[in-house]
Amino acid sequence: MEKNYFNPKVELLSKEDLRALQLKRLKSILNRVYRRVPHYRKKFRQAGIRPSSLKSPDDIRYFPFTTKEDLFVDYPYGLLAEPLEKVVRLHTSSGTTGKPKAIFFSKRDILAQAELIARSLVMSGAKARDVLQNSMTYGLFTGALVMHYGAELLGMLVIPAGPGNTERQIELMQTFGTTCIHMTPSYALYVATIIREKGLKPGRDIHLKRAYLGAESYSEETRGKIEDMLGVKVYNCYGLSEMGGPGVGFECPARGGLHLWEDAFLVEVINPKTGERVLPGEVGELVLTTLNRNAMPLIRYRTKDLTTLVEEPCPCGRSHIKIARILGRSDDMFIVRGVNIFPQQIESVLMGIKGVAQNYQIILDGYDEMTVKVEVDREFFDGRIERLIKLRDEITDRLKQALQVRPKVELVESGTLPVSEGKAKRVIDNRIL
Amino acid sequence: MKLVEILSIFAENRPGKLEKITGLLAEEGINILGFSIASVKDFGVIKFLVDDVERAYQRFKERGFTVAKLPAFGIELVDKPGGLYEVVKKISKKGINIESALVYVAETRKRAFFVFEVEDPQNTWDNLKDEGFNFLDSSQLKA
Repeated sequence: MEKNYFNPKVELLSKEDLRALQLKRLKSILNRVYRRVPHYRKKFRQAGIRPSSLKSPDDIRYFPFTTKEDLFVDYPYGLLAEPLEKVVRLHTSSGTTGKPKAIFFSKRDILAQAELIARSLVMSGAKARDVLQNSMTYGLFTGALVMHYGAELLGMLVIPAGPGNTERQIELMQTFGTTCIHMTPSYALYVATIIREKGLKPGRDIHLKRAYLGAESYSEETRGKIEDMLGVKVYNCYGLSEMGGPGVGFECPARGGLHLWEDAFLVEVINPKTGERVLPGEVGELVLTTLNRNAMPLIRYRTKDLTTLVEEPCPCGRSHIKIARILGRSDDMFIVRGVNIFPQQIESVLMGIKGVAQNYQIILDGYDEMTVKVEVDREFFDGRIERLIKLRDEITDRLKQALQVRPKVELVESGTLPVSEGKAKRVIDNRIL
Repeated sequence: MKLVEILSIFAENRPGKLEKITGLLAEEGINILGFSIASVKDFGVIKFLVDDVERAYQRFKERGFTVAKLPAFGIELVDKPGGLYEVVKKISKKGINIESALVYVAETRKRAFFVFEVEDPQNTWDNLKDEGFNFLDSSQLKA
């Protein structure tokens, strides 16, 4: 395995030194929010705790959580720990209803997050001579701009392509010899399909080496499919606006999880119901505390993302802890006939079945009925209805096995389900409850 | 082997689907000689015997349809009671299973063909070629 580091001093810190650094930063940030952010002061007082009570990073467990709702108290500037003149950028999260979450960055925050990205890119093997086509949405969304700054810090040539206009995306790749792409997994599948339909060959017509895919969770099977179709290595990247966008968690070539930069974040995994830490290896909600955020520090922020901690030392040499691929948002989870289901479980089954094209949709309606619409691969169709019926039955059985709930499976033509230049809407809930 | 090819299109059961498909054939001036529809609740397969299967196949493919070509045999029927029975009797005697079928009426009240698909065309041909049937040939389909 090739070993490259952007900031070896921090990336290779011993566990003890990392803990010491965390403690120092944690004390400082708790003090800052206590002194400067009225809402935190109030919360700490209500919990009967002071920053000075913290003696080790582990003591963070006695401090109250920050939830999405807290971000709307004293909205929009109330959580700032710096005066407005120190704040240089606003990002918002893609709120589905109501006001968007507002996240603020100081100059130092922008640079610090860019460094996390630069570390992550170097970790994947990227170099200054690489060409990154950045096909996330530029604008209020953190995805594109934060990646952009990080890639520039590393010295890559960045093509600020933005999403959509697939024809142009492919032209850019060909003209400028793009080696790395950053986009959502569903869009990557779409782009890969168009590249194939155009008869273009990876390695001959396009020269991609790495794909950084994030902003949606996706399965190992989907990763494999994209790697085959584009001839790339796919690196899973994880982030959320509240934690500064992408660059929070990133895969190294050893895979087996995503490194979380522990000099920047204090990591906990809790039982979403009780708020207690889960046992090692147990699935729970990821809770993060920003350790060096300037403008808008967040203490014990409930990400709603479900994962497990991977504690084993990583062959890449980095001491920073890993989390498993995100299982889903606790928000994405839906319950059918009493069973908890994540869209990713369904995707994982579908992508492993020959004859299934890339898109699917889950429709919940009536009294707890689940219908899964699946696109049929055009090449799979041989003209016989028997083959389709067999495919439908196979999908139904495999889903039943994986989910413990028998869905109704409908086969639809390839290209008829809503595609995904951005975040694909996978679940439609029309249930009468 | 005297074979014809059938155009087969995957279709979701949705209002207007058949209209769209037949509309495309009309637009291209492709003549439908026979057709069949097989469906399970929410999807189905529509099959056509047409005068220019290659062009039809290409056009549907270009438009993004899920489409395939299937080999089939066409056997001429005698226009009298028991005409179809006589043909099917001989086919089943040879242990050949008819997977799907349609009828092509070449001239009303004069010439009609029973067009059917089987699992193993070669074996079917070997079994039926000396049975005295008049087999339909793809060249006969062109206007």
